[in-house]
Amino acid sequence: MLVTCLLAAASACGVTRGAESRDLDMWIPNSPGGGYDQTGRAAVGVLDRDNMTGGDIQVTNILGAGGSVAMSRLMSEEGNGNLLMTIGLGVVGSTYSFGVDARPQDATPIAQLIEEQEGVLVPADSPFKTIDDLVKAWAEDPESIVVGGGSSPGGPDHLFPMQLAEAAGIDPKEVKYVPYDGGGPLTSALLGHKIEVGFSGLAEFEGQVEAGELRVLAVSGDERGTGVFADAPTLTESGIDLVFLNWRGVLAPPGISAERRQELIDLLTRMHDSKQWQQALKDNGWTDAFVTGDDFDDLLVEQDQRVASTLKELDLL
Amino acid sequence: MENFELLMGGLESALTPMNLLYAAIGVLLGTFVGVLPGIGPAMAIALLLPVTYRLEPTSAFIMFAGLYYGGMYGGSTTSILLNTPGESASVMTALEGNRMARAGRGAQALATAAVGSFVAGTIGTILVAFFSPALADVAVELGAPSYFALMVLALVMTTTVLGTSALRGFAALFLGLAIGLVGLDLNTGQPRLTFGVTQLVDRLDIVVVAVGIFALGEALWVAAHLRRRPAHVVPVGRPWMGRDDWGRSWKPWLRGTAFGFPFGALPAGGAEIPTFLSYLTERKLSKRGDFGRGAIEGVAGPEAANNASAAGMFVPMLALGLPVTATAAVMLSALQGYGITPGPQLMTDHADLVWTLLASLLIGNTLLLVLNLPLAPLWARLLRIPRPQLYAGILFFACLGAYATNLDPFDIGLLVAFGLLGLMMRRFGLPVLPLILGVILGPLMETKLREALTISGGDYTALLSEPLAVVIYILIALFILGRPFIARLRARAEQSAEVEDEKELVD
Repeated sequence: MLVTCLLAAASACGVTRGAESRDLDMWIPNSPGGGYDQTGRAAVGVLDRDNMTGGDIQVTNILGAGGSVAMSRLMSEEGNGNLLMTIGLGVVGSTYSFGVDARPQDATPIAQLIEEQEGVLVPADSPFKTIDDLVKAWAEDPESIVVGGGSSPGGPDHLFPMQLAEAAGIDPKEVKYVPYDGGGPLTSALLGHKIEVGFSGLAEFEGQVEAGELRVLAVSGDERGTGVFADAPTLTESGIDLVFLNWRGVLAPPGISAERRQELIDLLTRMHDSKQWQQALKDNGWTDAFVTGDDFDDLLVEQDQRVASTLKELDLL
Repeated sequence: MENFELLMGGLESALTPMNLLYAAIGVLLGTFVGVLPGIGPAMAIALLLPVTYRLEPTSAFIMFAGLYYGGMYGGSTTSILLNTPGESASVMTALEGNRMARAGRGAQALATAAVGSFVAGTIGTILVAFFSPALADVAVELGAPSYFALMVLALVMTTTVLGTSALRGFAALFLGLAIGLVGLDLNTGQPRLTFGVTQLVDRLDIVVVAVGIFALGEALWVAAHLRRRPAHVVPVGRPWMGRDDWGRSWKPWLRGTAFGFPFGALPAGGAEIPTFLSYLTERKLSKRGDFGRGAIEGVAGPEAANNASAAGMFVPMLALGLPVTATAAVMLSALQGYGITPGPQLMTDHADLVWTLLASLLIGNTLLLVLNLPLAPLWARLLRIPRPQLYAGILFFACLGAYATNLDPFDIGLLVAFGLLGLMMRRFGLPVLPLILGVILGPLMETKLREALTISGGDYTALLSEPLAVVIYILIALFILGRPFIARLRARAEQSAEVEDEKELVD
């Protein structure tokens, strides 16, 4: 047993490698089973399966402060070309709410992998039949509507209702938002009528919607969803000028060489083009949104500003 | 008894030699993962996922089931032997379990944990099999007011373990509640008591606090007295549970199961509160007065509660497709990997898989007992290692555990800080138990109170808006008001008993 402990300790220390090493580390800024974990592990699964890197890939979950602990540690790994980290909208938000001064665009952006729609969910017997019903009642008396989401302030499920409220002319500061610990507790709060509306990524709710226990009033993307979500209109269709997409991608530490950056981009491009990745997208209900290099850089800057302005609106900055 | 037939059908398809092998691998890995601090069952299953995609869904789930129960059980081993609980659910086990181990009764403590886990896991799994849909419908009706009332009950019960000095007890309790405040306020996103340290922004990991106060504090305390006190040698105990041990254990097993299962089935239940209530109940009911010095009831009850709540987790997972713990979330994402959508239809559309899973939980549980019971006396001999080496080992293990969770050296510093706090508390006679309970309860209570008040818009009467909450508050009122009355009754009963004893002597 002792030997195993020592091995575990040694492998956990991140053994220093030579520059020519083909091994990779993939950091997941959140707990096993969460969205970042699923995306990161799915990507590593495809890379590993066809041995695209020619070395080993080790996945490590680095928990803490909604991902900003992992983010600030990535910044301190300057020049480490054998490290990748999964990032997304929630991590960007958490760096603000946790007061960590690490902007994702200051690391080395490699690629955005996926986008995920958010949905506006109500229980099946809710009086709100359409998004218009909801927005009307909400605008009349913001106090009367309690909304919930699966993330803490700064996360996508918090930013989405705030931006929706703003688009509908409701002061975001008047929104009564209850954070739940992920999709499970959020669903049970909806089913038990503790809250009126839930805001969350839709993939977790496919079963409930199919069974007719929850209804999707609207989806947040610029196109409708597929499968059981195909009936729900987009916000823009319903006359609300808002497109909100959660996204996830991959960063490398700052200060790696241009060649290494290109190698990593090529690696992820090969992963993206594989049949297995396309299958993983389908299985998880993710939208393919592959953006690399400088374009991803621009995207990060824009997202970063948008998060900052929403949080500023709420006096959370 | 349609369900019974379905369960038998599940057992039939699960009981192939290959599947038994997978179950055994799962149980062994699980126990191992449980023993290693810092790696939970969720992480272990996530690590296994890529391997199991090549297996049949049935075989994969049998392995997961073994891993899950194995991990839950394995955590008790280090709690009992080394006083280093690997997860928050086994903090209560460490209290009496470690005392037993140091009194030479480690084998009995491990055995009652193993049998209790088996009993609770089996009863829990059978309850899941027969009552899931009905239970799940009740469970979603409970909201923040009911949860909050349950926590108030737990907090009130904490006052029964304050120790000899109420002042010191309350001081420790409030210290614990204050430690529980550290971190981000989840409703407003403001950091509290973090002093600008990023690592403190998350709530403090209860395992780091508990291991620091228990294991490190104890080790430092022992080291401080090493030369002045004669070496205390752990006596060689009997290897098995005696008749008396069985007699003292079976009721706590059943009571622990009764606490654990409903909490596990609640979407925000968890294993902390039931293990905690079970411990306090056993302590209250015990007539021997050996609590604090190694009472077997204090191991049997919480361990059963822990495993029953682990089984209860499957109620929302199977009946509603709701993952309420990280482990459930990983298992459900494994289902998606097989193209199965988790949701309320799971039990009807994939009945065969669900019943096989339930059957494999029963098998995994049995294998766990078969493998671990013979090992208990062997594990217990670990404590025969001379004291300096033993405590050095404990320190190593504690640091590894603190580091492994986040791979951050800061956590080791935190561990040492709590170790020093533990040492100081021992030096000045502050009880450590109320502090730990405060750290566990505080944040849970706060979250639920804030949730209830956000929903009601700050209206405190909302706390009485659910029937269960009202019932619990009435119970609490009876408990507080009835206490002097019960004490008087008891005193009178003791008096008359003494009189009778005297009579007998005269006769």
